Amino acid sequence: MASVSMEQGLILAGVLFALGLIGVLVRRNIIFILMSIEIMLNASGLAFVVAGSHQGAADGQVMFIFILTMAAAEVAVGLALVLQLYHRFKTLDVDAASRMRG
Amino acid sequence: MTVVFWISAVITVISTVMVITRRNIVHALLYLIVSLLAMAVIFFSLGAPFVAALEVIVYAGAIMVLFIFVVMMLNLGERSTQQERRWLRPQMMIGPAILAAILMIELGYAIFTGGSGGPITGEPVGAKQVGISLFDTYLLGVELASMLLLAGLVGAYHLGRSDRSEEEGS
Repeated sequence: MASVSMEQGLILAGVLFALGLIGVLVRRNIIFILMSIEIMLNASGLAFVVAGSHQGAADGQVMFIFILTMAAAEVAVGLALVLQLYHRFKTLDVDAASRMRG
Repeated sequence: MTVVFWISAVITVISTVMVITRRNIVHALLYLIVSLLAMAVIFFSLGAPFVAALEVIVYAGAIMVLFIFVVMMLNLGERSTQQERRWLRPQMMIGPAILAAILMIELGYAIFTGGSGGPITGEPVGAKQVGISLFDTYLLGVELASMLLLAGLVGAYHLGRSDRSEEEGS
């Protein structure tokens, strides 16, 4: 049985990370930016799992669990910020929040 | 398992492209859920069944539900889609796509000349081994993750308060 090589898994993780990066750079809607950040975090988790299963060790999966924890905390704070932004400026445009006046 | 890996890899990439090009937020969220489910299948085919279950439960279950709650609270409709149509022009994709392509070429060069690759056997590493490693070797990391979650909870509560209570407090 031909198996997947480690390079192929890492290339897939890199493609997904690059797609998330394009999403962050192109979008102006802050919810889309948060979704692209989720894509990038997921891709880095995939890289950890690929490396871990290449060595047959559980460490990669443990690192994925930590990334999952961080993504959950980040998205909770980020979505609370989205709600505040919408209440203040009545828009989801990130450029609306470019002037910080305290 | 190789066929499963490649089919779900193609599904993941296609649905991720759909996520970053959709104008309607709800459509993009649905494509993101498809992408995460395909990623869970990838994890399963790589021999990580516990992580595959966590991906479905936490990412596709909890985090996406948070996004959907926020979209429902903001009550975005046709107005938001038309705004996206003004913001998202195809020629804006060119610059970031070139940068990401350069990044990918560099990454491929680094991966294929690094020389420490090899086949993935796909031997399953189950939840028991992950749990033993998590609560033995990485116990300090678990404690730090719990502190991070607590900080995230407190921060989200503080930011999510309504303006009225903020004015009373100041």
